[in-house]
Amino acid sequence: MPTAPEQNDDAARGAAPDAPVIEFRDVGKRYGDNVVLDGLDFSVRKGDRVTLIGPSGSGKTTILRLVMTLEDATEGYIFVDGEPLTHEERNGRRVELNKKQRKRIRQKIGMVFQQFNLFPNMTVLENIVEAPLHVLGHPRAEVLERAGNLLEKVGLADKADAHPSSLSGGQQQRVAIARALAMDPEILLLDEVTSALDPEIVGEVLGILRTIAEETDITMLLVTHEMQFAKDVSNRVLMFDGGRIIEEAEPEAMFSNPTHERTKSFLRAVLGEDQIGTR
Amino acid sequence: MTPLPAALDWDWESAFESLPSLLSAFLQVTLLVTVLSTALAAVLGLVIAMTLRLAPRPVAGVVRWIAHFIRMTPIVVQLLFAYYAFLELEPLTIGVLVFGIHYSTYMSEVYRAGIDSVPAGQWEATTALSMSTRRTWTAVIIPQALRATVPALGNYAVSMFKDTPFLLVIGVVEMVNAGLIYGGNNFRYIEPITLVGVIFLLASYPTSLLISRLEKRLAYRT
Ligand SMILES: Nc1ncnc2c1ncn2[C@@H]1O[C@H](COP(=O)(O)OP(=O)(O)OP(=O)(O)O)[C@@H](O)[C@H]1O
Ligand SMILES: [Mg+2]
Repeated sequence: MPTAPEQNDDAARGAAPDAPVIEFRDVGKRYGDNVVLDGLDFSVRKGDRVTLIGPSGSGKTTILRLVMTLEDATEGYIFVDGEPLTHEERNGRRVELNKKQRKRIRQKIGMVFQQFNLFPNMTVLENIVEAPLHVLGHPRAEVLERAGNLLEKVGLADKADAHPSSLSGGQQQRVAIARALAMDPEILLLDEVTSALDPEIVGEVLGILRTIAEETDITMLLVTHEMQFAKDVSNRVLMFDGGRIIEEAEPEAMFSNPTHERTKSFLRAVLGEDQIGTR
Repeated sequence: MTPLPAALDWDWESAFESLPSLLSAFLQVTLLVTVLSTALAAVLGLVIAMTLRLAPRPVAGVVRWIAHFIRMTPIVVQLLFAYYAFLELEPLTIGVLVFGIHYSTYMSEVYRAGIDSVPAGQWEATTALSMSTRRTWTAVIIPQALRATVPALGNYAVSMFKDTPFLLVIGVVEMVNAGLIYGGNNFRYIEPITLVGVIFLLASYPTSLLISRLEKRLAYRT
């Protein structure tokens, strides 16, 4: 049965045909007195692959968590496909929307975590089919076939019945990627997905993400310290510091020719002294 | 050599003679109450734990206060109170209800700790997958919380088992009472009471071994 996209009042009001997939308007996030994000404006277009870089504590994870609605911004507005995600402006005041709004929009967004966060009480296959079956309500046979294809894609077809605890970190992260893709998200959020892995298995995970970037048009917002990977998959890099974007460029330009002093010193620390400006 | 004091003179015949009534009380009362009360306590304990977590503050506050009150009064007092307050109920029913409710307040604490032990990342993954509240609890949180709590729940079942002799205050013929009745009729107490002790030991020791083996098997290899 073809499912028409749900059209309710909220959807009709906010959606604009050519809107960015993600838009931050003057977004702020505070924890008590700690201002993590401040007056943040940026947008991500359909099919964009945007890498967030910046020193520890600059708010990169927080941005992904805001998009996934794991946290709420304390100021400003976030839009997904032109629709307000959690808050909107009404008569000049910032009001929280009905929780149904975020629940509906959330289904377009997938996230892969640094610590994998697979469900240890389920097998690999059960992890992958859980949401397609019980959230999307897709037919079992279809879901199983798709899960099989995804496992094939991440090279773990033989591990369907294994429990996550019996897998290596790299394998667990590949399952987590398959689990996120099983929901067929428009937007994929990747937060340092290789930084909990041993160096020798980072490559297997990045290889899969490269393939996904090539074969799909999923919009990606990613945080990574793997600069070569950022260069390979992303078309834009945003450099954060102190809760603001201090520099924005295409990866080639950002890594070979950063303009901002903070970016230069950050990249020097990450890439090593001699690499900046020589490529 | 001085003869043994009279109390310790052991009569095998009385021991064998008392055994059937003890075993029947064990199966029909002690074990029955333990199993039913454990089931009641396990379910009610989970309900209390989830109420404390999900219910609006005033409701949760009242439930917490009642649970605290139940935990802080002796089970014997609760048995006698329920017995005289609900004269129309069978003593055995009173026993099952009081044991079940009393222990549910302890088990709710175990569940609470189990729920708290589920890492934040698990909750975040359920959000990222748009899972419903219901599915989040039944498919992710409760199974993981239970894994952490099964051993503690098992230990409470064993201590409930050992508390069943309190039922004699409301006249239930559980194993100890059956031993006393045999003693009264035959003027031999030491044999039935010793056997009662042995039966308790034979039942609880293997059970607690089983629980600690289960504990090891349930631990996630990470
Ligand atoms: N739940 C929280 N409560 C209080 N402060 C928080 C919380 N989460 C994050 N912070 C603070 O927000 C700031 C930004 O954190 P965030 O995790 O977004 O940084 P990051 O750029 O991802 O850093 P890293 O590279 O180390 O992952 C930090 O100062 C952190 O201490
Ligand atoms: Mg981070």
